[in-house]
Amino acid sequence: MSKKKSPASNSGPESIDLVATSHAPADPVSPGAAPTHQDHAHDHHEHPGPTNFLTRYVFATDHKVIGIQFLVSGLIFFIVGGLLALAVRWQLAWPWTRIPVLSSMMESQWQTKGQMPPEFYNKLFTMHASVMIFFVVIPILTGAFGNYLIPLMIGARDMAFPKLNMLSYWFMWPAFIVMLVSFTVPGGAAEAGWTAYPPLSVFRHSTPGSLNGQTLWLMGVLFAGVSSIMGSINYITTVLTLRAPGMKMFRMPMTVWSMFITALLQAFALPVLTSAIIMQLLDRTIGTNFFIPVGASVANEPGPVGGGQPLLFQHLFWFYSHPAVYIMILPAMGMVSDILSTFSRKPLFGYKPMVFAMAAIALLGFLVWGHHMFQSGMNPLLGATFMLSTMVIALPSAIKTFNWIGTLWGGSIQFTAAMLFATGFVAMFVIGGLSGIFMAATPIDIHIHDTYFIVGHLHYVLFGGSSFAIFAGLYYWFPKIFGRMLDERLGKIHFLLTFISFNCTFFLMHIIGLRGHPRRVANPYIYQFLDNPGVHFMNEFMTVSALLMGAAQLILIYNVLASLVAGKRAPDNPWRANTLEWATSSPPPHHNFATIPTVYHAAYEYSVPGEAEDFIPQTQPLANLAPSPALATSSHA
Amino acid sequence: MWNFRLFPEQASSFAGRYDFTFWFEVAICLFFTFFVSLITVVLAIRYRRGSKVNRVHPPTHSTILELVWSGVPFVILMAMFAVSAVLFVEQYSSPADAAVIDVVGKQWMWKAQHSAGKKEINELHVPLGQATRLHMISQDVIHSFFIPAFRVKQDVLPGRYTELWFRPTKVGRFRIFCTEYCGTDHSAMGGYVEVLSPADYERWLESGTTGVTQIEEGKKLFTQYHCAGCHNENATVRAPRLEGVYGKPVPIQHGEQVEFVKADDRYIRDSILLPKSQVVAGYQPLMPSYEGQINEEDLLKITAYIKSLALKSEALPTYVPEYDVDKDMPGARGSEAEYDVDKGLKPGREAGEKK
Repeated sequence: MSKKKSPASNSGPESIDLVATSHAPADPVSPGAAPTHQDHAHDHHEHPGPTNFLTRYVFATDHKVIGIQFLVSGLIFFIVGGLLALAVRWQLAWPWTRIPVLSSMMESQWQTKGQMPPEFYNKLFTMHASVMIFFVVIPILTGAFGNYLIPLMIGARDMAFPKLNMLSYWFMWPAFIVMLVSFTVPGGAAEAGWTAYPPLSVFRHSTPGSLNGQTLWLMGVLFAGVSSIMGSINYITTVLTLRAPGMKMFRMPMTVWSMFITALLQAFALPVLTSAIIMQLLDRTIGTNFFIPVGASVANEPGPVGGGQPLLFQHLFWFYSHPAVYIMILPAMGMVSDILSTFSRKPLFGYKPMVFAMAAIALLGFLVWGHHMFQSGMNPLLGATFMLSTMVIALPSAIKTFNWIGTLWGGSIQFTAAMLFATGFVAMFVIGGLSGIFMAATPIDIHIHDTYFIVGHLHYVLFGGSSFAIFAGLYYWFPKIFGRMLDERLGKIHFLLTFISFNCTFFLMHIIGLRGHPRRVANPYIYQFLDNPGVHFMNEFMTVSALLMGAAQLILIYNVLASLVAGKRAPDNPWRANTLEWATSSPPPHHNFATIPTVYHAAYEYSVPGEAEDFIPQTQPLANLAPSPALATSSHA
Repeated sequence: MWNFRLFPEQASSFAGRYDFTFWFEVAICLFFTFFVSLITVVLAIRYRRGSKVNRVHPPTHSTILELVWSGVPFVILMAMFAVSAVLFVEQYSSPADAAVIDVVGKQWMWKAQHSAGKKEINELHVPLGQATRLHMISQDVIHSFFIPAFRVKQDVLPGRYTELWFRPTKVGRFRIFCTEYCGTDHSAMGGYVEVLSPADYERWLESGTTGVTQIEEGKKLFTQYHCAGCHNENATVRAPRLEGVYGKPVPIQHGEQVEFVKADDRYIRDSILLPKSQVVAGYQPLMPSYEGQINEEDLLKITAYIKSLALKSEALPTYVPEYDVDKDMPGARGSEAEYDVDKGLKPGREAGEKK
């Protein structure tokens, strides 16, 4: 407990305190300067924002505007991906019946009296997954919240590379366009699954979507990946170099830690995916044979030369895509940690173990990709090794879960909409995490692999986990981002409906999966043993619940739009939270802070005994410097 | 109510142990789910804002607690690992007496061939109680062979043999699925496995067949594709003899060095399709490639024939050339240009692609 130093010495020479923009010259705060002096020192950094519409909102270099751009495009694609999912569910519940709207739209193209052809079903699930992963969850978590929050939470004026930041958003647009255009090319959109396993994805005549759509799909994912690489480099640099005076690494809020660790994951894993995608593109376009084995051919056509290995793609793909699972959950964990602590009015339980647990999850994330391939034909010894490394991940996950619960213990909990979604996240993450253990155990996995059990599991992690955290983040930071409060009552109704319909939709998937219901089949009932009243009922029940869940999101859309226009004006710090983004106005000015703040303590000083208020912003020194449990936790070495 | 069973029935020797392992894990997970839910709900209610509880010095960290709640799950997980690993190893080590059935997956059907000659599509007849090993390969894209009642599943790859074994314990018809998404009609790809009593199985094998075994078919193909012209004892072109090869190490010329490779199914398939990739030491790379000309089913038949040769002539010496290549055939090595024997011999492909 050596942190009983005076605040001034905390912003000592070892802390990096450059000012954050290309406009503002680097002007380190002198170590011993009192806060009042800094106010003067930084007055001249307040620049007016660009006034031109194009530079202000379209080709913006302001991290806040870019964050909002990512958020808006992400939410729009959330709707697209959600509608694709509803069409999938409709087909599973009532196979080959007319689908409202979609059937009328596609009638002339399908020529089947409105029945969906099986290859269209295959496009639906392929594009649902691709859109949700590459255009919704990753861009919203890292692109929107990461972009918006990192500079604000570390007290910087902008990202380290504002123009690169702009480029990273505009690299998403070619991806958006090729993905949407791919529905109109001959053969239609990709239908090799989001995993795009060759040779299905490489042989042009293996399935209609592989004719042209797959090439566009690969281009889309390539652009989205490059965008993420640019973003991640920016985040790493920003966190390492642009922290406000006094903002030591171990004073950063969990949100920033999670974004930082996620950015590291992206920077190391994405190049592997990029190269795998380029190899597949070459296989498809110029006749290389990275992934096509000798002797393989489809539809009795003469096969290509061959000599490649289809398993190679799976290894490369999962070497990225398992870390990608953590790219989609770690930022969610970070945001939820902050929200839980704020609304429990209590320090985060065991801050440092939480940081280390997160780092451990990220590191182990690179060692477990083989658990997606237990029955792919790889060596069983390798399989056993991957089983062990996968099981070890439960260790840091257990620390995180119990520490979240420990955060509630002895708190004074306010159940706002954001808090409800954050608590919901913890509960759903527990279920999604525990059902993951079944996949880790190889013999069990061999039975449930590629069944609906997996579909249930991954939606508990990605919807109950990541998306609940996105909702929590939206309710929590909306006042800061747009300067208006969201309607709390509507938020709670939204939570309740989403939570119930979510569980009704996805829990039953585990059960039909155990029975052997395979995933990615357009019509399960052609199999006699699935053509069972129980399976019919469950599939219909899940579809109705999914439709309800979709409808529940209309409440959120209404709430967002109505609040933007007529919501209550948000105060600077509506939740009485400690972190730096609440120390500036709502919404923040062009360069975030009138003066760069000085940070005096860690982010979780809630309910410190002897203090007047139950929160102490990071910009405010502790009045009572006696060691308190709160101080000890969050800043002990 | 609906006659709904959570699990499909148990019809193989490890279905029972599989289900035991599964329920063992379910019990642990249920315990943790309820434990975590319970304390979450209790804490959420007890410490809601406005409730009158003692909030003096609330716990904010505890190393001992954190060690406990990470240590206990760790120990449980290692137990799970041990249980699972044992079962996993068993699933991958088929007994030596297992009967082998060849299976080829293609869009969108399963083809099986029994060594006695019987062929079937989307059906698989197996004898009760007998360990059966499926020797599988795909003609086109990746498929996956899944019998829920047996709790077994294995991806079937193009260009690589994979295996799956089981010992059926119940007579009946059980569903086969393809569980690796394989294109438009993936949903419709499947079939049935029919478990028969050993006597019925024998009868079934003999019924409605010409009596030609897989090995005999392979022998016919061996002649038809002119393999015999070089690999038989009376051949005019000097090629390695195939008697006694299967299962033995074969010396392969790798530049200056000779490496030994086991002559297994993979080696034989590669040697037919990519003959120049692994040339037996002391021989010239004269063999043309049969890539694109023999489908996977015929390859399996030819392989079966070559395997049968292994039993025929154990005594035959392996590939020690009787003369020194460099001395007796000057310029043979490294100057392929002089050897254009390929031409006229190759059934389809253009010669000289290695130049």
